[in-house]
Amino acid sequence: MSMYTGQMYESMKKVEAAREANTVLEPRRMTAEEKDTLLQTYHPDYKQSEFENLKVGVNAGEKVPHELAALLEAHSRISASDVDLNKVDYDVDVLIIGGGGAGASAAIEADNNGAKAMIVTKLRIGDANTMMAEGGIQAADKPNDSPAIHYVDAFGGGHFAAKPELLYKLVNEAPDAIKWLSDLGVEFDKAPDGTMITTHGGGTSRKRMHAAKDYSGAEIMRTLRDEVLNRGIPVVDFTSAVELILDENGKCAGAVLMNMETRELLVARAKTVILATGGAGRLHYQGFPTSNHYGATADGLILGYRVGAKLLYADTLQYHPTGAAYPEQIFGALVTEKVRSLGAKLVNANGEVFMHPLETRDVSAASIIRECTARGNGVHTADGIGVWLDTPMIELKGGEGTIEARIPAMMRMFGKYGIDIRKEPILVYPTLHYQNGGLDITSDGMTGVENLYAAGEVVGGIHGRNRLMGNSLLDVIVFGRNAGKFASEKSKSVEVGKLTLEHIEKFSKELSDAGIETSVQSPKLLPTYTHGNPNIEKAPF
Amino acid sequence: MENMVHVFIMGKQYEVPSNLTIMGAMEYAGYQLVRGCGCRNGFCGACATIYRVKGDRELKVCLACQTKVIDNMYIATLPFFPLVKQVYDMEKVKPTEAIMMQLYPEIYSCIGCNACTKSCTQGLNVMQYIAYAQRGDFEKCAELSFDCVMCGVCSSRCPAGISHPQVAMLARRLNGKYLAPECKHLEDRVQEIKNGTFEELLESLMQKPIEEMKELYNNREIEK
Repeated sequence: MSMYTGQMYESMKKVEAAREANTVLEPRRMTAEEKDTLLQTYHPDYKQSEFENLKVGVNAGEKVPHELAALLEAHSRISASDVDLNKVDYDVDVLIIGGGGAGASAAIEADNNGAKAMIVTKLRIGDANTMMAEGGIQAADKPNDSPAIHYVDAFGGGHFAAKPELLYKLVNEAPDAIKWLSDLGVEFDKAPDGTMITTHGGGTSRKRMHAAKDYSGAEIMRTLRDEVLNRGIPVVDFTSAVELILDENGKCAGAVLMNMETRELLVARAKTVILATGGAGRLHYQGFPTSNHYGATADGLILGYRVGAKLLYADTLQYHPTGAAYPEQIFGALVTEKVRSLGAKLVNANGEVFMHPLETRDVSAASIIRECTARGNGVHTADGIGVWLDTPMIELKGGEGTIEARIPAMMRMFGKYGIDIRKEPILVYPTLHYQNGGLDITSDGMTGVENLYAAGEVVGGIHGRNRLMGNSLLDVIVFGRNAGKFASEKSKSVEVGKLTLEHIEKFSKELSDAGIETSVQSPKLLPTYTHGNPNIEKAPF
Repeated sequence: MENMVHVFIMGKQYEVPSNLTIMGAMEYAGYQLVRGCGCRNGFCGACATIYRVKGDRELKVCLACQTKVIDNMYIATLPFFPLVKQVYDMEKVKPTEAIMMQLYPEIYSCIGCNACTKSCTQGLNVMQYIAYAQRGDFEKCAELSFDCVMCGVCSSRCPAGISHPQVAMLARRLNGKYLAPECKHLEDRVQEIKNGTFEELLESLMQKPIEEMKELYNNREIEK
């Protein structure tokens, strides 16, 4: 008994009828010109009305999404007078804000370097997009591959906009990142002789996607978390950073923290600070659903920007082509790209394969949007629209049992709603997935503010204006470790001056000088969902 | 008009749309979640939940973000459970039966009630993976426990006080580090990079004009 009804069911029958022929079909790849036109016409990044120019701060005059501008050009949650900076609650060498893959990697390397590190995180350590990365992590470690080929793939996939010195580091340190994780006990999928089982991702020219089934990020994150705990590195959970602290010389020297449950404010002084706060999917740019975790609210961009750290490419977001479009309970949830790596193709309402399944993510997302809009070949659900991702092709291609062995999380996610992805295809539509832009850093991980470092999704420029699958898990490890090493080394020579929160008042004045009147306070910390309950939406508190 | 159901969140009754997940229902009721909400996609284990549908004898368990509400559902969230996490030096532990005896001896007090397996939100055979851990068969323990999201419900139901997710975590790390076959091509590549094999080539790519890079990219050979 199928869970699909009405038009969905009728369309699914067409997909089934065409499956055998579609499975063996090798769709052509788009030319560079076709891709450019497609992106400009259909990719959400090109929708000018969704962006505005910043009026205040280091990036004044540059465009960012409205939702981000509202938070960047907002007031602090606190005034300087709310906090006694002479009463220091935590005094450490390296303060790491964020407990995801980058924060945990940084903490381990800072600890290796003999520094006193501390992680502060607004939820729990591991509540992060790293935990949810399903498909895998890239590294050019096979004989037919090289860091140089990886460089070309990533540079082209990112529209030739990556900062070369950052991309160099990403690709050349990738194999060592895999080895580091393996030595910590991460269980990568391997053949009996130890050869890594690797697949393609969208835009890769070699099969260099390493995975741990489709729990790749979860396996990495839980191992890193376990290692942080084994080392006794302090983790202050359910505590957010609400403002960075500078010293009298304008160098970053700590953060004001807020207990998420009691709202108590605390002062953390540090010789160096690493922002590892992750992405911004929960800002729901352009009304998109998101595959991101609950705390992905761009906090690090806000904290950094307010003290003068520069943003790079904050106008480019990644919409993952295959978010779940049905059933509504998992609307926007990630359907890993690995589903396509293993052989499933994108099929429209008429049962036609309308593109090569492994174009880069921005191209794939734009192509699905075109199929559902201009071409009118989408499949309508009760609440939206989508195209088919024909998962049973995986079993036709790889043999029975492939799905259960390689993508058990996907099988479980849909299975909970009565859809057996081994037998029935699934409906997908792009979902807000990744913040391509972020804080601009040097190759030692430092932002434009001295002693303020950044690592992970909060950084911009490593990938350019689009990111390939598997390069984000890689980036959190490579640049998390990198920031941990450099920030801990730097901390050895830092003398912290007198602490100050003067920048809060200064930024407020810049806002009023620019004529910005707003009641918004940031960072946002958590989204609010009411699911359309009118009584709660109008509740005063 | 939406189809509504009655649910009891921590015993208090609310009327919520029937198409929501338990997590969505709590938000609809007006909760601003801080605890018990993480990835919202079934990977982080933050939203372990125990429920009973009125009239049923059986207690059920689930992840709140992955489960639709049911009429007359009594919901208790379990946002934290005091699991025992032993600390160890990964470089010094060895993948032998003795390590479990030393760090998690309570696993040998398992009475075989199978409450852990019955309560697993991921549908894993928890008691069996604990049995493998008892025997020092870390490979099998790792395999059976692989999809664990460490929500802790199994441990909340265990009369022997076992912290199953932490036992499995240790087994997986031991397996990944010491028992899984070594990867020669990885070791070789890491060594090549240490020797600086790719530096010159990468540096030349970094300096190439964008037009040349476009040529390279658009005409690169793609492995089948």
